[in-house]
Amino acid sequence: MEDSLFSIAINGIFVKNFLLVQFLGLCSFVGVSKETKSAAGMSAAVLFVMIMASIASFLIYTYLLEPFGLTFLTTISFIIVIAFLVQLVEFIIRKFSPPLYRSLGIFLPLITTNCAILGVVILNARLDYTFVQSLFYGISAGLGYSMVMLIMSAIREKANSLKVPEAIEGLPHAFFITTLLSMAFVSYFGVIPT
Amino acid sequence: MNPVAIIAGSAVVIGGIGFLVGIILIWASEKFAVEVNPLVEEVNEALPGANCGACGYAGCADFAEKVVDQVAPIDGCPVGGFDVAKVIGGLLGQEVKEAESIYPFVRCNGGINCTDKIDYDGIEDCKAVMMLSDGEKGCSYGCIGRGTCVRACPFNALEMADDRLPHVTKNLCKSCGICVEACPNDILVMARDTEQVHVLCRSHDKGKVIKAVCEFGCIGCKICVKNCPADAITVTNFLAEIDQEKCTNCGQCIENCPQKSIQIRESVVEAVVA
Repeated sequence: MEDSLFSIAINGIFVKNFLLVQFLGLCSFVGVSKETKSAAGMSAAVLFVMIMASIASFLIYTYLLEPFGLTFLTTISFIIVIAFLVQLVEFIIRKFSPPLYRSLGIFLPLITTNCAILGVVILNARLDYTFVQSLFYGISAGLGYSMVMLIMSAIREKANSLKVPEAIEGLPHAFFITTLLSMAFVSYFGVIPT
Repeated sequence: MNPVAIIAGSAVVIGGIGFLVGIILIWASEKFAVEVNPLVEEVNEALPGANCGACGYAGCADFAEKVVDQVAPIDGCPVGGFDVAKVIGGLLGQEVKEAESIYPFVRCNGGINCTDKIDYDGIEDCKAVMMLSDGEKGCSYGCIGRGTCVRACPFNALEMADDRLPHVTKNLCKSCGICVEACPNDILVMARDTEQVHVLCRSHDKGKVIKAVCEFGCIGCKICVKNCPADAITVTNFLAEIDQEKCTNCGQCIENCPQKSIQIRESVVEAVVA
């Protein structure tokens, strides 16, 4: 049951949500979630990169690294692939949506070092997922990321009109929100019996 | 497997992947190349870079692009004013005329003189107050005094003074008009520097109602209309309005106003030298 597609999807989106449960990729999460528009753009970019990285890294891992016993190259080759994909996404966004390109700013190149994406592909390799499973895990992890980004940005937009004590204004306040959200997600732990 | 094979294999694999993605990236960078007019970058450099959006475009870079495309006016940046327009005009080879500077002006003299209707203890925001039974003040037309305009100003040119009215610091103001947009009660207006005489009231209530809540409100008595030598003042719905095109800044109306609702702008707007 653990490896059925449904359970992989639920795992990726809720139970092992990359942002709120595994705490991967927090940099872009806190940085870009100030407004819904750029959060949505960032989510789309991450989703795309996650899916592409899942596919590419699966092919590299199964057909290149494993047969030749070069699995110690997993991390470095995955990083090359992710960097390549991010660069590609950057070209495409700059061409087709300059406003989004400007509002994402520095965070777009930062996807390269976004540990959430490296996390997905390395987990794929470590759990010995098949191609379909890897693809599914990539998609659901991306959806989980997008969902939390949108929730967070909606909350932070509303929180703009709140009176927050000066000492925790801005980033600390965002982390408080993250903590509360994360506590909500922890209650998903019991959903899938291991 | 012997070490040499492992090293050779690693080199081939990593080198191969790198070579492949490199070729794809070269192809993509040509396929998705964005042509940037070098002028856009130069115009962008000349702009203030505040990304306030007062020009009506999404930030300075967008405005620079539109100026070069001749869609936006050269003097479209209210923040940079004449200096920036001159630089941009120089870059694009066009003449620029200097425009008169305009500042926001608070058309209410209520503040602490205005009585409170309810004891408000909620979100510090004029719009929020407005939603609650037409505001906390006795006068529903006046300045609410919760500083939405002050927070909206990207240049810190407005501040809430002790009299619970926003005050404009002239030399910080960039005439962007964001505060005018932000005010939910239409209190602020952009006025030219030369337009000096203003009615400091927006209330259409009858004289008796105003007298009950505000010391300085316009009661619509029309004394100013009779006294104005230029026929610049009209009273509609118990509120005097000055036609700035006709007004000669003579000050007759100010002397005769029984409510002191009409005042010279300079006495209200303080110019603070930084």
